[in-house]
Amino acid sequence: MTIYVRSKQVVIPGEPLARGRYEYQGPIYTVRQRLYSKVIGIVEVEDKKKITLIPLKGKYMPREGDVVIGKIVDIGLTGWTVDINSPYKAVLPVSEVLSRPTDAVKLDLSKILDIGDLIVAKILAFDYTRDPLLTIKESKLGKITKGTLVEITPVKIPRVIGKKGSMINLLKSMLNVELVIGKNGRILVVGDDPLMEAWAVMAIKKIEREAHIPGLTNRIKKFLSKVKRGK
Amino acid sequence: MNLKKPVKLLDENGLRTDGRRPDELRPLKIQVGLLKNADGSAYIELGKNKIIVAVYGPREAHPRHVVIPDRAIVRCRYHMAPFSVDERKSPGFSRREIELSKVIREALEPAIFIEEFPRTAIDIFIEVLEADGGTRTASITAASVALADAGIPLKDLVTATAIGKIEGKLVIDLNGLEDQYGEGDMPIAMMPSLGQITLLQADGRFSGEEFEEGLKMAINAIKKIYRVQKEALKRRYIEISKEVLESE
Amino acid sequence: MNDKSELIISKIKKETILSLLRKNERIDNRGLEDYRKIQITTGLIGKANGSAIVKLGDTTVITGIKIQIDRPFPDTPDRGIQIVNAELIPLASPIFEPGPPGEDDVELSRVVDRGLRSAEIIKLDELVLIPGEKVWAVFVDIYALDYGGNMIDAAALASVSAILTTKYNKAIVENGEVKITDEQIPLPIGSIPVFVTIAKIGDKLIVDPSYEEELVMDARITFVIDENDNITGIQKGNPGTFTYGELIEAKNIAIRVSKKLREHLPPVHSE
Repeated sequence: MTIYVRSKQVVIPGEPLARGRYEYQGPIYTVRQRLYSKVIGIVEVEDKKKITLIPLKGKYMPREGDVVIGKIVDIGLTGWTVDINSPYKAVLPVSEVLSRPTDAVKLDLSKILDIGDLIVAKILAFDYTRDPLLTIKESKLGKITKGTLVEITPVKIPRVIGKKGSMINLLKSMLNVELVIGKNGRILVVGDDPLMEAWAVMAIKKIEREAHIPGLTNRIKKFLSKVKRGK
Repeated sequence: MNLKKPVKLLDENGLRTDGRRPDELRPLKIQVGLLKNADGSAYIELGKNKIIVAVYGPREAHPRHVVIPDRAIVRCRYHMAPFSVDERKSPGFSRREIELSKVIREALEPAIFIEEFPRTAIDIFIEVLEADGGTRTASITAASVALADAGIPLKDLVTATAIGKIEGKLVIDLNGLEDQYGEGDMPIAMMPSLGQITLLQADGRFSGEEFEEGLKMAINAIKKIYRVQKEALKRRYIEISKEVLESE
Repeated sequence: MNDKSELIISKIKKETILSLLRKNERIDNRGLEDYRKIQITTGLIGKANGSAIVKLGDTTVITGIKIQIDRPFPDTPDRGIQIVNAELIPLASPIFEPGPPGEDDVELSRVVDRGLRSAEIIKLDELVLIPGEKVWAVFVDIYALDYGGNMIDAAALASVSAILTTKYNKAIVENGEVKITDEQIPLPIGSIPVFVTIAKIGDKLIVDPSYEEELVMDARITFVIDENDNITGIQKGNPGTFTYGELIEAKNIAIRVSKKLREHLPPVHSE
């Protein structure tokens, strides 16, 4: 039983992490009781027992139940095609938009959602054999009408949320904005003041860039205080 | 291949035309993530070779008939710019470029966890900006770094070099002159951590013993190149850390 | 690909191949280092300077040689020209597409070309008439007729056999003019290469994979061997890998097997 890496260390694909029976989480693979990294990422070692690998980059892979922010890119006979910043285009059928039963063929779907519209949606089903199915028939889902959209690498989304939502709460309280976070790397910032929205975007970009360096929450707090003082 | 040599490829001190020892690599530099549009990118300079690689994907596969139901399709395009060689090269795809695109793809694909991305495509675009011997191996070295930079899950990086034979002696990492006038060229690519060889070609003439000796020399050189790849991938994150910690 | 279903092997067939291999046996009863039945017919095509049809198990391929006077390449004014072109035409299999040569065709052409060139089977420096102006050009055209696996070795056998039995009209140079005579002469022959392709399936190395074996193989490697056991070419194919030890073993197998394969070639300057 040997661990070859330290906590917070940056590792690359193929880098040996440990040998022996360790618990692990994240993009790690094993060959004959040897643990290797699959991606560029940051290692966390807990109690010399568990190894967690947090990737630094990567595509969003849809998962059932995820809330995502999508863009309408095509209108068909019975629904919409939605870009969700993933290798798979999503499908939003009319039945997941309107609650009353309707004859989709007679409707002008572009009046409901047009090409270029942004939506907050939830992934209803996805199993890789068919494209992901979306719904907007729940509360807090639906068409986006205001705010600023910012896109970051999806693997950094957990850092924007922070431990138990600490980072989101920090941004909300310091800038007086609302945030809608899509698991697919898209974040919607809505505030009364466009300047506050712009600062939130700057802060999110900073989180993305510096996510691998300890003390992130404190740095963001300092950063926001500084820009606000400069106002 | 027995063309008339304009110069001696090894001098009386056993040094090569560019002053290298037989087992010495050319100066090597790798830069990561310099392209904004690509999901991953890398730039390599190996001696006078200058090559840029972009990786897109996994992304939706087009046209639809190329889609594979249970894994990603890997596509590779190796191309030389018309100005990359002495005589202007026609910009269209030569037969050499078509073959190299195939062998480079087959050298990289074993490293990729393609089964994690059913029905998608991973595209690798390689543009040789300046060529001086060994572009296919330098392309592989850079492309695997670009794949890692894209965040695509890999078993290992893929690292490549060539063994050559000049004046009857085995040497590592042939330059353009040695490639043209030497007696043999044997490009090799490998996943260094796993000891798996993913590309092997040869032309010219090697004895069975030279083949075994050459493989060993290549594996040694590959370890050195691997360190440069590794360092290049980590450098960016370490630099950001330094910058942040210094500003505090 | 025209028909992808041809590229999917049934699971039971795959399992049969694998379980037999674990006992060092193959579905067609061959030993791991055995070639399928080889049949070589030369000189079939009257209009060609040389030709050979090779049947290697279920694989059939024809090579025809045409020779004509041409200008040398500017960088090799004192050498003749060798051009190899291979086409995997849709006549030979439902998996081959019509249209311009794809990756597989181009790889086949170039692997055969390099193997022949490195061995210098055709002594190109003896095919010069007027240096820098007129040389003989040898066109080696390979056509797949029936695809049953291991096209590289079959195509190389056909090409080598065709080259060895090629005849062309002798030319003489008088006062700077080239004159073609009626005398038929063979090509100047250097060393004669033999191509041996080895497939890796699981941890087994097998020689001359059949079509079904190709569908389950992890990787293949071709060694080109001359009569002095030198290696004059290598090409690894397919997205699989080899260890250092497997490559050394493959090289030794190739050298061993090349001697048997060589016995099938027509004698030099026969026909």
